[in-house]
Amino acid sequence: MNEMTMDRAYRPARLARAQQNVLGAPVPRIEGPAKVSGTATYAYEGAEAGTAYAAIVGAPVGSGRVTAIDTAAAEALPGVIAVIHGDPRMVTGGSNSQGIAHSGTDRVFHYGQPVAIVVAEDQAIARDAAALVVVHAAPGADRFDRNAQPVERDHDLGFLPAIDIGDLDVALAAAPVVVDRSYTTPVHFPAALEPHASTVSWADGKLLVRTSNQVIGGARGTIAKALGLAKEDVRVLAPYVGGGFGGKTGVGPEVILAAIAAEKVGRPVKIALPRAQTAYLVHHRSATTQRVRIGATEDGRITAFAHEGVAAQNDDASFLEPIPFGSLPLYAGEARRFRTDLVRVDLPATGAVRAPGEAIGTFAVECAMDELAERLGLDPVELRRRNEPEVDPVNGKRFSTRRLLDCYDEGARRFGWADRRKGREGDWLIGHGMAAALRGNFTVMAEARVTLGADGRATVETDMTDIGTGTYTILAQTAGEMLGLAVADVAVRIGDSDLPASAGSGGSFGAGSACSAVVLACEDIIAALALRMNASPEELTLHDGCVVAGGRSVALADLLHGEPIVATGKTGPGTETQATSQASHGAHFVEVAVNAITGEVRVRRMLGVFDVGRVLNAKTAANQLIGGMVWGLSYALGEEAVVDTRNGHFINPDFGEYHVAVHADVPRIEVHFIEEIDDSANPVGAKGVGELGISGAGAAVANAIHDACGVRVRDFPVTLDKLLAGLPPL
Amino acid sequence: MKTFTYAKANDAETAVRDAHVSGAKFIAGGTNLLDLMKLQVETPEKLVDISRLPLGEIEEREDGGLTIGALVPNSDLAADPRVIAKYEVLSRALLAGASGQLRNKATTGGNLLQRTRCYYFYDTATACNKREPGAGCSAVGGFNRVLAVLGTSDHCIATHPGDMPVAMRALDATIITLKADGDKRRISIHDFYRLPGDTPNIETVLEPGELITHAELPAPPKGRQTYRKVRDRASYAFALVSVAGVVSVEDGRIASAALAFGGLGPMPWRNAAVEAALVGKAPSDAVFNAAADILLADARGYGSNDFKIPLTRRVLIATLRDLTGE
Repeated sequence: MNEMTMDRAYRPARLARAQQNVLGAPVPRIEGPAKVSGTATYAYEGAEAGTAYAAIVGAPVGSGRVTAIDTAAAEALPGVIAVIHGDPRMVTGGSNSQGIAHSGTDRVFHYGQPVAIVVAEDQAIARDAAALVVVHAAPGADRFDRNAQPVERDHDLGFLPAIDIGDLDVALAAAPVVVDRSYTTPVHFPAALEPHASTVSWADGKLLVRTSNQVIGGARGTIAKALGLAKEDVRVLAPYVGGGFGGKTGVGPEVILAAIAAEKVGRPVKIALPRAQTAYLVHHRSATTQRVRIGATEDGRITAFAHEGVAAQNDDASFLEPIPFGSLPLYAGEARRFRTDLVRVDLPATGAVRAPGEAIGTFAVECAMDELAERLGLDPVELRRRNEPEVDPVNGKRFSTRRLLDCYDEGARRFGWADRRKGREGDWLIGHGMAAALRGNFTVMAEARVTLGADGRATVETDMTDIGTGTYTILAQTAGEMLGLAVADVAVRIGDSDLPASAGSGGSFGAGSACSAVVLACEDIIAALALRMNASPEELTLHDGCVVAGGRSVALADLLHGEPIVATGKTGPGTETQATSQASHGAHFVEVAVNAITGEVRVRRMLGVFDVGRVLNAKTAANQLIGGMVWGLSYALGEEAVVDTRNGHFINPDFGEYHVAVHADVPRIEVHFIEEIDDSANPVGAKGVGELGISGAGAAVANAIHDACGVRVRDFPVTLDKLLAGLPPL
Repeated sequence: MKTFTYAKANDAETAVRDAHVSGAKFIAGGTNLLDLMKLQVETPEKLVDISRLPLGEIEEREDGGLTIGALVPNSDLAADPRVIAKYEVLSRALLAGASGQLRNKATTGGNLLQRTRCYYFYDTATACNKREPGAGCSAVGGFNRVLAVLGTSDHCIATHPGDMPVAMRALDATIITLKADGDKRRISIHDFYRLPGDTPNIETVLEPGELITHAELPAPPKGRQTYRKVRDRASYAFALVSVAGVVSVEDGRIASAALAFGGLGPMPWRNAAVEAALVGKAPSDAVFNAAADILLADARGYGSNDFKIPLTRRVLIATLRDLTGE
C-alpha cells in the first residue's frame, strides 16, 4: 500500500516527466460505445428469471400519523405477490448525504413518504396495486408554506458554522456605498434522466443491490445499517449511472424497502421510481431567501461583506444548504458575516443538489456585485479585480492555487467584453453579463488497486462511479500516463463496492481523489519494475508498453515473466489540506437577447474560463463544465419546483412542467482552462470540476438580462412575467 | 396503468363498432393517452388501435382545399409542401408544438383531442372536475400559471394545450367523423369544442365511439399568415399564449382577419368581434389596441396566470403589426 495523506505539497516525479502524453488529452469516453449502443447495463436493465417488480405506496397526507393501511384491494389484484408494511426496518427517508433518517416510525414528515411496498409480477401491476392500497392517516398541523414558518437562528444543522468577523454594522454604516438586496431561489429537483432504480436479490443471507448511485461505498454502509447487516454482507453494484446531480449521493428509501420485500417474497425485486415519485422520495435543493449586503469605498474597495440566508429542512433529515459557502473566500473585505438560518417544513427532505451552496449562493452575491458595479460606475470585471484577496479573507490561509484574475482577463479577452455593445436587433434587446465562479475543493480518502498483468496491460480497480462524468476514461488515462500504456491497454473496473474504497462521485472530489490513488499505486508498480531493471525509479522511462533504463528497452510483458504486479494506492487529506484554502475558480461571460414584446429570454452565447488545477481530460472536463453552465442557464430561466402550500404536493413533478433547459435553449458554449497544477490539492494536482460550471453561471445570465432590458429580477427563475412590466412600451 | 383490453381495427367501420362500449378509447400515436394511462389519469377499459386505418393521406380537393387524414403525423403535415406554401400558419403551429420525436408519432386526429396540461388534472390525489366530475377544482386558489383566463367556469380553468388546433381554428377547418352507427358528420371546428361550464369532463361534441377520420381545410385564405407562440422555454413547452393570424390588407385597409389564440382558454380561442373591429380599418396601434380590448374584455386572471392578460395584448399588437406592416 502506497499511502499518502496531503501533509505537504507533492507532485509525483513520474507525472512531472511522463512520456505517454495521455493524461489531459481529450480522449473520448472509453465506455461511450457501450452506452450509445445500448449494451451498457443500467440498474433497471437485465433481470434473472423470477424477478418481481415493486412499487412504493406514499403517505396521502403531509403531516400527522398513519393510522391504518388497508391492503385488501391491492392484494386481490391478479399478479400481486405481496403488500408489505409495518416492518420496523422500513425507513421514512433517504440517507440524504448526512445520515440515516428515522426508521420504524409512523410519523409522516411529508406527503408521499413511503409507507408500504407492493410486489407484483410486473411493473404495471405493481403500480396499479400501489394505487389500490388505502392509507388512513390523521393529519397534523402542517408547515407546507416555508415563508410562514419562524426562522431558527440557533440550530445545529449543516457543516457550515456562522461566521462573523469584524464589526459588520459599523463597517456598513461607515461605507460610502452600500448595496443591500434580497434574493430568492425556488426548490430545484436533481432531475437525473435515469430515475432512481434498483434490482435487489438475496443469496445465503447476503444482499446484492444493483442500483443507480453516486457513492456506493457509503451506500453499502447505509444499507447494511438500515437492515442490521454486516457491511461485508452487502454488495452494491453501479457500473453505469444515468446522471446523479446530488440526488443519488445517498440511499433512497425504496432501496431499503425493496430489500425487505425481496427477503419476504424470496425473489429478486426490481424497483424504479416513477418520475413524479422522485419528487418525494429523492431530496431536493431547498428554496432559499438570501440577503446580501456589501459596503464599499467610492473606488470600489469592499469593506463590509455579508451573505445571509434561510434554507428549509424537514424534521427527518439533517442537511442544510450551505448558502454562503462559495462567497466565503471570494472577495476581500474586513468585516464579514455569513450564516444560514433554518426553517422547518413538512416537505420532502432537502439535500445536496448540483453545487450545494455555490449554485444559488453565487446567484445572490454575483448579482449584488453587478449592482454594486453599476452604482459605482465601474466595469464589473474591474470591481472584482479590485477585490481579489491575497489570502483567504475568512481564515487568513494561503490559497493553494488561485488564478481567478487570469480567468477574468482571459475570459474578457476571448469574449470581447471590452467591445460589448448592448442594443436592439429587431424585437430583441441584447445585453451582456458576467460573474465569478468558485467552488471549494475537497480531497477525500480514496483507494485504488492497479494490476499490471502478465501481458503488460493494466487494470484499475476502485469503487468509484461514473455518473456521466468520464471516470472510466480518466482512471485509464492516469494509469496509462504513469505506466507508459495506451488508454486501450488499461482496463477499468469501477462501480462495485467489493473494490477498494473511493470517495465516490459527489462534491467534485471524485476525480482528483481517485486518480491520485491510482498515481500512488502506480508509483509502487514502477518501484517494482525498477528493481527488475536494476535501476532506480527515477532512471526509468515508460512509454508504449516498454520500460527503458540504462539504454535497455524491455517490453513490460517480458519483464513480468508471467507474474502480475499488484499495488494499492491511498490518498487523503492532511496537514497541507488544513493549511491551505483550496477552490476551483472561473469567470462566466454571457450574451442574452430579451424579447422587447414578450420578455422571452434567449441566451445567445456563454463563455467560461476555469482554473481547475490539472486538467485530466480536456474533453470530459470541458464537457462537465459545459453541462454545469447549461444547468446555470436552466435554473436562471426555468427551473422551479412549485409547492402547493395547501397540501404539500409538488405541482410540477415532471419534465413537462419542471422546466430544465432543452436543446433549443442552449447556445454555443465555450470553455477554456487556466491550467496550474495544484500540488497542495492531491497527488494528481487536480481540483474539482463537476460543480464549478454551474457556480456563477445563473448570475451571469441574470446580469446580462438586466443589461439588456434594465430589469433586475432578484427572484429566480427569470421568467418572462417578471420582466413584462419593465419592458419598453409597444 | 390499469389493465385494459386491446383491439386492432383494420377499417373505420369496425373501429367505431369496437369502440362503441363504455370505457373504450381510440389510440393512434398514443403520445398523450399512454402518458395519462401510466399516471391513471385515463383508465380506459378498452383500447381500439386505429393506427392501421387508411387515414394517412393529405389530398388536395377541387375547391383548392386540403383533406387531411386523421392519422397524418404532425411532422408530415408540417412538412407538406402544400401546407408550407398555402397554410403557413398551420405548418408553423405544428412545428411550435412538442418535440421532433413527438411530432413524428402524434397524429392529426389525436392532436385535436389533446388533453389539458393542468397540473391538478395530472395529480390524481387532488380534486379535478375534469378528471372526476363533481370532485372540485384545485386550480382555482392553487397554482395556475399555465391555465386559462378566458372561457373558464367555477368548475374548471384548464387550458387547451394544443398548437395545431389553434391554427386550424384560424383556418376555419372542418372535422369529419364517423359515428358508431356508420353515419358521417361534418363539424365546423368552431362548433367542435365545448366550454367547461359545469361539465368540464366533456371537452368536445364527439359522441361515444365517434371517430375523427379527417380534417378539412377550405381553400387557402388571402393575406399573410403567422403563428406566434410565447412559452417558458425555447422548445418543448406549452403556450403561455399563442396567436394564429391570417390577415389581408387591401388599399390600406384590413380586408379580412382571422385570429385564434392558444393558452388563453379551454379551447382554441376565437372571437369574431375582435376580427370585426379590425376589418375595414386602416392598420394602427389604436385599432389593434381596440381589438385587444375586445378580446380581453372578459379575461379573468386567477393569480399566477394574471400576466397572461397584458402579455396577450402585447403579443396581439406585435402580431398584427407584422401581418399588416410593409
